[in-house]
Amino acid sequence: MAQQPQMRTPIESGCPDGFQYMHPVMRKNFGRWKYHEHPGPGVLRHVAYSGDEIWTIRAGTQRILDVFTLRKLCEIGEKYADGYVRFTIRSNIEYMVSDTSKVEPLKQALEEAGFIVGGTKNSVAMMSHTQGWLHCDIPATDASGVVKAMMDELIDEFRNCDMPNRVHMTTSCCQINCGGQGDIAINIQHTKPPKINHSQVSNICERPSVVARCPVAAIRPALVDGKPSLEVDEKKCICCGACYPPCPPMQINDPENSKLAIWVGGNHSNARSAPSFQKLVAAGIPNNPPRWPEATAIVKRILQTYKKDAKDWERINDWIERIGWPRFFELTGLPFTKYHVDNWRGARNSLNASTHIRF
Amino acid sequence: MAKDTHVTPILDELETGPWPSFVSGIKRLRDQHDDGRIRGMANDLLGQLEHSYETRKGYWKGGTISVFGYGGGIIPRFSEVGKQFPESKEFHTLRVQPPAGNFYSTGILRQLADSWEKWGSGLVTFHGQTGNIMFIGANSENVQHFFDEINDYGFDLGGAGPCVRTGMSCVGAARCEMSNCNEHRIHRTLLTRFTDDIHRPALPYKFKFKVSGCPNDCMNAIERSDFAIIGTWRDNMKVDQDEVKAFVAKKGRQYVIDNVTTRCPTNCMTLNNDDTLTVDDRNCVKCMHCLNVMPKALHPGDDKGVSILLGGKRTLKIGDMMGTVIVPFMKMDTDEDYQRIVEIAENTIDFWAENGLEHERCGEMIDRIGLVNFLEGVGLEVDPNMVSHPRKSSYVRMDGWDEEAEKWFRRKAEEKQKAVGA
Repeated sequence: MAQQPQMRTPIESGCPDGFQYMHPVMRKNFGRWKYHEHPGPGVLRHVAYSGDEIWTIRAGTQRILDVFTLRKLCEIGEKYADGYVRFTIRSNIEYMVSDTSKVEPLKQALEEAGFIVGGTKNSVAMMSHTQGWLHCDIPATDASGVVKAMMDELIDEFRNCDMPNRVHMTTSCCQINCGGQGDIAINIQHTKPPKINHSQVSNICERPSVVARCPVAAIRPALVDGKPSLEVDEKKCICCGACYPPCPPMQINDPENSKLAIWVGGNHSNARSAPSFQKLVAAGIPNNPPRWPEATAIVKRILQTYKKDAKDWERINDWIERIGWPRFFELTGLPFTKYHVDNWRGARNSLNASTHIRF
Repeated sequence: MAKDTHVTPILDELETGPWPSFVSGIKRLRDQHDDGRIRGMANDLLGQLEHSYETRKGYWKGGTISVFGYGGGIIPRFSEVGKQFPESKEFHTLRVQPPAGNFYSTGILRQLADSWEKWGSGLVTFHGQTGNIMFIGANSENVQHFFDEINDYGFDLGGAGPCVRTGMSCVGAARCEMSNCNEHRIHRTLLTRFTDDIHRPALPYKFKFKVSGCPNDCMNAIERSDFAIIGTWRDNMKVDQDEVKAFVAKKGRQYVIDNVTTRCPTNCMTLNNDDTLTVDDRNCVKCMHCLNVMPKALHPGDDKGVSILLGGKRTLKIGDMMGTVIVPFMKMDTDEDYQRIVEIAENTIDFWAENGLEHERCGEMIDRIGLVNFLEGVGLEVDPNMVSHPRKSSYVRMDGWDEEAEKWFRRKAEEKQKAVGA
């Protein structure tokens, strides 16, 4: 008998130890930091009890990096920053140096190479986002493209730190919302039920798990043209697209009827108020590649209103909490519709059961 | 140049403007890379992406790809328009676990880049929203080769599918004065324990651990993880009164009153006439606001530890849920403390694996069966910190009241005795 090819057994090492890649000054002062300052946009200065200090320079990138760009970032790190970097949750790169004199040349090298120094303190941080048309299997838009188009317009807000507090933005290519919570979230909303290719369903889909996947029990087994298939109660369907991954013949992508929606007030910090989820403020916005000007215009309007009206340290949710939602819609000029009223489980908790009304 | 370069008039628009462009990056791979395989892949990827921009539709579908010995960790992608764009028709993503805290030397980044251009497309993201390094675009055959190569020098796949997912932890004690725990040790201890559950998806649905060193929760753990570990402290915050005075001198009393004392959610701070600060620590909820405003003057106390919150998740399937406090406070000092947190996670995952429905997150299961049933299942005691207020509904059977009250008093007496003994 022919010998079976020998397969390599994986080394199940799990999560690598970050200490081996940590700047020596951070390793030395681990858990012994005293305070930090923000000397300017994109720069942090942390001082340890030992008197040591570490300077962090943060830069925005395009998130989807090609190896040339990655090597360019490495080259800058080797030449100006002792060869140590880290990445933030929003895909910014951070360089750490212990020597003040290295800060300016490093900033300059990053900007010269086309990266944007900023994203610290009260800035509009780089948007976290999903894979979009480049890689997702149910994307109704291209998150990378939306982010590129918006960051082009918001670059001054990334570079400067003159918002009332920090602003975290996210985009997601469907309403399952892998992109994350945000002070402002730009998510696509499918608005039509899936179109079913009945001849394919019985071959491809495990029908009970598709039925189970639907959050509103709108899918049920059906016999179509004598073949086992599925049908959707279109009155119940909320067009979430969750049935598509286990059943690709339930096509949810719709080039005409998938629209962008904007949500605000997501805040994951416990600072001041408890963490909050984002709430719907605008929908029906055209999914208009490659620059999505309509969505960007609304985002900019919300940001300008917030910047003008909010007090120091108020995040978007804190600001709206103070002025009230009616005033938010008035100030931003956005329409309030029946779709803004929650009709999901626990909706009553979001209704006003008081006479607390601002006139 | 690759032969028959696809024209991309719509994508070209995304090369204008000052922000770095991912389209330019993919074009660099298409036009400048030495390897014809990468040039071809980038060309066809751009072709398909342009087609998506034209038609406003995505053209990727899933499938099943894994490496030998594992069941997950790869996001398989096959093109539905592979005939038109054959060189990128298989374009799988490998999810690779990053070091805790996302630290890298440029040396290791270069090594990863070398391996990736040998076997993959040359496109990579630090990091995806689940925390992994996303190596985007390997064909079915090269997935195994790339994994073997990076696995040999210390990198391993993360989770995809119904399994324990890759963890995330903030920069933490490595750089932040607000850190209340060793985020990286907690992260690695938990993830290492569940390595088997990461690689072999056999749970009801995904399960995520995230660690933030303070209640600012930079990792968004409460909203986006099933098991959120948040560093905190329970003694008095440290106030450096000289630094308070210096801050008041610099910013003015009005600023401090408006932005520090009146923004305290429990009104536990007073600015005194001599520009010092009095804190009613008994009522401080460790929200972090005042520490954020005055990081030089105010610091967490010495009695540090963590809170654990369970069940945070986004929309699918019953709507958004925040994590719920299940452990208000525990110390994270000794090896025994680390054993205990692993045990709580084990009990949680075991109970959920037994009782969760298919595609039901842990928080959704708790929602369905009730927190009390869950706590009894995993062996944790109820605590008033777990609720924002006691029950409102009077429709409940309470014939076990006396025993439960007895339990509470016994527990309180034991705690008191322990405190005296210590």
